Amino acid sequence: MEFERRDAPFVTPSGSVPDMMREVLYALIPAGLAYVWYFGPGFILNLLIAAAFCAAGEAAMQSLRGRSVEAALSDYSAMVTAALLAFALPALTPWWVTATAALFAIVVAKHLYGGLGFNIFNPAMAGYVVVLIAFPLHMNLWTAPRMGDIDYHYLTFYETARYTLTGALPDYLAFDAISRATPLDAIQSGLRNLRTFDELRSYPLLGDFGGRGWEWIGNFTAIGGAWLVLRKIVRWQIPFGVLAGLLIPAGVMYFFDSATHASPGFHLFSGGTILCAFFIATDPVSAATSNRGRLIYGLGIGFLIYAIRRWGSYADGVAFAVLLMNMAVPAIDYLTKPPIVGHPRKRRETR
Amino acid sequence: MTDIILILVGTVLVNNFVLVRFLGLCPFMGVSRNVEAALGMSLATAFVLTLSSAAGYLLHQYVLVPLDLGYLRTIAFILVIAASVQLTELMVRRLSPLLDQVLGIFIPLIATNCAVLGVALLNVQQASGFVESVIFGFGAAAGFALVLTVFGAVRERLDAADVPLPFRGTAIALITAGMMSLAFMGFSGMARP
Repeated sequence: MEFERRDAPFVTPSGSVPDMMREVLYALIPAGLAYVWYFGPGFILNLLIAAAFCAAGEAAMQSLRGRSVEAALSDYSAMVTAALLAFALPALTPWWVTATAALFAIVVAKHLYGGLGFNIFNPAMAGYVVVLIAFPLHMNLWTAPRMGDIDYHYLTFYETARYTLTGALPDYLAFDAISRATPLDAIQSGLRNLRTFDELRSYPLLGDFGGRGWEWIGNFTAIGGAWLVLRKIVRWQIPFGVLAGLLIPAGVMYFFDSATHASPGFHLFSGGTILCAFFIATDPVSAATSNRGRLIYGLGIGFLIYAIRRWGSYADGVAFAVLLMNMAVPAIDYLTKPPIVGHPRKRRETR
Repeated sequence: MTDIILILVGTVLVNNFVLVRFLGLCPFMGVSRNVEAALGMSLATAFVLTLSSAAGYLLHQYVLVPLDLGYLRTIAFILVIAASVQLTELMVRRLSPLLDQVLGIFIPLIATNCAVLGVALLNVQQASGFVESVIFGFGAAAGFALVLTVFGAVRERLDAADVPLPFRGTAIALITAGMMSLAFMGFSGMARP
């Protein structure tokens, strides 16, 4: 039997950290474009500010420790942190909130632990949680996504930049005129006020599954995520685990009581679910390292997202869920240690 | 049944004694250097906590309240706790000399673990019944055990990390405990009746 022979070059992903981080950044481009389209140019400003402060924090810590600044900056890991932060923050965020998150992420969550490869917690999510708890007012100012049929004031680039840098809105606008509840907020508080899910679905911010705009951002994020899985940059276990851990409880609850629970489609296409599954939870440093461990880690994140959205007081639980499972990773790795090759699998002896 | 689940979720996650109420930090920092010691300490503390919250309830309800001796509450609870710690120490020494060696000084230190006294006093404050008191103590112990074991595994990893010199050891452990506390704020709002 003849086998078809193919000639080089074969396209294989390289194993180096800078290449991997670069591919992650490329994979985020479709989602970033969708985000800018729906939520305006604030995303670009946040990204630039976060990138500048992440780079500055990285450079400062490296030089304080007497290590090569170029080596740390050229691995792009600080840029991935900045990009994830920009996705997590609302499009209208004062610059000092972004700067606090970026500096906490890089300096405390990453470099105090020894830098890339040693951090226990996902830096971007640690930075985000800090500003979420410290500045709740600013972190809850979400604007409405661009939806053709609703008369609504969109901030121009100049107005967005002015707000980001000085915190001042144009004179004729108040916060109430531009801020909207996020779909997760609307559904969470609506269901707690004893309204049914079907009733809430008619709310103009909600689309086919999740929130309008949000679900399209989700689709574009999934394209980038699928590419990362195909390129084997992320293993399938973590995204699968996150989505299964979220959708199975959501589906079961919705199946038994569809009036008082949000549908699994809503959970999938709202907030940061898809971004978390493919880009946040899959951070190779802070995730579990064995395949079985990755599955447990993913399932844990998914279930915690569901639990926080359903019973907690925060509308989206992605950042908390990721941090909670990050701290469980050493214990998960400890329990899912793969057997040594050539040795029969036997019970682990106590040391 | 729902009550019991709410008490458990409330004490293990939402109002975790270590990460949210900041009680019992001394053993949390002292005995978390490796997982085995952390596990042993968790079991010993769990035993003491459940026992002392039951004994504390009985003492308060049937001795202090009828005799109108409420002002002796703190001293009486300390006595009960010291007695149950002594009992635990005898048991551990008899049943597992190895664990006794690993835990060493830390078993008598359970007596000064503020989480144990905290549980007894909170039980009186919340005026819970006997079953609730015991469940509350058990939940507090389970939450303590959960974070202590997880933290023990994290610290084993921190020992191998390239932490900057001024932050080695206890400093980075305290920062990590702070981050865990941040993460636990995600549970806020759960377990509302």
